[in-house]
Amino acid sequence: MSDYTAKIKEISARLLKEEKVEMVIGFRKGTVPMMNEPCFVKTPEDVKELVWDSNCGINLANYLTDRKEKIGIIAKGCDSRNIVTHIIENKVKREQLLIIGVPCKGMIDKNKITSMFENEINEVLEDEENIIVKGKVFEKTLNKNDVLQENCKICIHRNPVISDELAADLLDEQKDIDRYEDVRKIEAMATEDKWKYFEDLLSPCIRCYACRNACPLCYCPTCFVDESRPQWVGKSLDPTDTRTFHFLRAYHCAGRCTDCGACERACPMGIKVRMFTKKLEKDCLELYGWEAGLSLDERPPLDTYRPNDPEDFIK
Amino acid sequence: MKYINIDKKNWASGLENLYGNYRLFGPVKNNKHHVLKELGKGELPDLNYINTLLSPKSIVFPQSETMFEYSLDESKEDHHILKEINKDYSPRALIGIRPCDAASFLLVKRNFDTPEYKDPYWLSAYEATICIGLACSNPCSTCFCTSAGCGPFHEDGLDLLLVDEGENFIAKILTPRGENFIKSAGWKTEADHMAAKKTIKNMKMKAEEKIASFVSTDQLKNKSTIDLYGAPFWEKIAFACINCGTCTYGCPTCWCFDIQDEVSKSSGIRMRNWDSCMYPLFTLHGTGYNPRNTKVQRVRQRFMHKLKYYVDKYGDGIQCVGCGRCIRLCPVNIDIRRVCDIMNNYDSRSRLET
Repeated sequence: MSDYTAKIKEISARLLKEEKVEMVIGFRKGTVPMMNEPCFVKTPEDVKELVWDSNCGINLANYLTDRKEKIGIIAKGCDSRNIVTHIIENKVKREQLLIIGVPCKGMIDKNKITSMFENEINEVLEDEENIIVKGKVFEKTLNKNDVLQENCKICIHRNPVISDELAADLLDEQKDIDRYEDVRKIEAMATEDKWKYFEDLLSPCIRCYACRNACPLCYCPTCFVDESRPQWVGKSLDPTDTRTFHFLRAYHCAGRCTDCGACERACPMGIKVRMFTKKLEKDCLELYGWEAGLSLDERPPLDTYRPNDPEDFIK
Repeated sequence: MKYINIDKKNWASGLENLYGNYRLFGPVKNNKHHVLKELGKGELPDLNYINTLLSPKSIVFPQSETMFEYSLDESKEDHHILKEINKDYSPRALIGIRPCDAASFLLVKRNFDTPEYKDPYWLSAYEATICIGLACSNPCSTCFCTSAGCGPFHEDGLDLLLVDEGENFIAKILTPRGENFIKSAGWKTEADHMAAKKTIKNMKMKAEEKIASFVSTDQLKNKSTIDLYGAPFWEKIAFACINCGTCTYGCPTCWCFDIQDEVSKSSGIRMRNWDSCMYPLFTLHGTGYNPRNTKVQRVRQRFMHKLKYYVDKYGDGIQCVGCGRCIRLCPVNIDIRRVCDIMNNYDSRSRLET
């Protein structure tokens, strides 16, 4: 990944030096293993802070909302799709952006790796194929493919769909991926089992809203759960309110979600929140042949109307 | 000070004796993390743990707590009258709580127990709670307790300190409540006073040496509040923040709450729920005006409160015990250790690298 980092620094320094952008948004090395911190740099000297490795899972499109500057932004496949969505939804202008595309080899699943070890992990290193996990009294090499985030394992858009510069050569996209095996399992459940599944899934939720706030789609000036006049949703841990939040949020992301996994990565309780958004992603694909964020030239199906829209599923 | 030797063979039977006299709470591993939960009969706490995912503050200060109930049914005599809810304030014991978490109760107490206001819910729950600490012999890399006025063998806030010696625990009795707890468990073997004292002293020293991260706080008090408030570093510190409530909900010392009424048909409850200074709604006025309307303002508030306003108000350190949860849980790696050092070292006359 060091070649990626070097190239990102080189491009960023050039864009800043030539004053093509006022800031570059990227990642800097985190203070704990398997974490990097989203950051901005404003001078060519500061680009030394920037890094790229398998811990850049936060979606940087989230940091573009309503900004007015000329911005250089590091974008892996999913970030680039959310940038497209942001542009389509008028949250940022294409002309403001210089997109430094990163063909992405997948991000590692911090929770999964942490749960594989009894003891604390003090350092995590990586090479092309391996993740080397070190603790005080142990060291273990893991195959990177085995510890990728769930969304990265089934990713079919690793290359940026839109970019002005590239930090590396484009990758071959993964083929013959079954993206919805887990969704189908839940679809096949009896109603009561499905309900039980969702209840169990959400039972650890503490309503911190990390999933919502890490999501580039959740930019409403006031989220429905934060409305106070009238207040739509209760504030306690009442399961009905917690469910209402998650279900509505998922529906609000229908046809917009790129399955970047930022929500799941952000959740401090380790809840698989993608299970909601993925079902709707699957529906949008099956009903409208739609994948979010692939093109600047097409409006998403749920914000357009065509007389010949499919409607067999409306009962 | 009295020391008791608890042979681990007698651990389960002791807890069995305690069951019924106390509600027992302890760390238990669910499929992913250690969480604090009420132990059922015969259920043992898993003391082979680093720390619980969230802090134990919810045992005394639940995330959501009903205070009153009322009826809006005007055919009833007591309609529209708030009535206290009966609560269980029977003795409860937190078994295996880490010293940092126990110390945090004392910090939080300052907010709920003042000459002017006494919070009956928090105080009743706190008074019902006895803290059976488990000394940290293997602190983790994000622990910075020793520079946050605390430590792996810290005793403030504890009734009893357990030190794990492998085959047995040495229990150091710190309060009469701790002594009653031991009696109730039936653990009677007194440890040799001098030997126990020496063992604990050595283990404490070793544990403290293992603490690998620190914050510097010595200059915070001398800094000008206005200088820190207006410092240029906040934009960069706050940039990554997504304004979720993870840090505040995970924190053992964050004490803010919001009061809500919920009505269903003709009956209602008044409750309080944890709130977070990270949320815009936290400061939204009835007029619609929000004095902390931007992310930078909210992030600044959190750190200024913990590391400056609190320091100035109480004069004996930061509002933090160094448990490291906010560092471990933050989805975007905002690290209070870095922020604390930046604030502590800030010189308004020179440009600072953030």
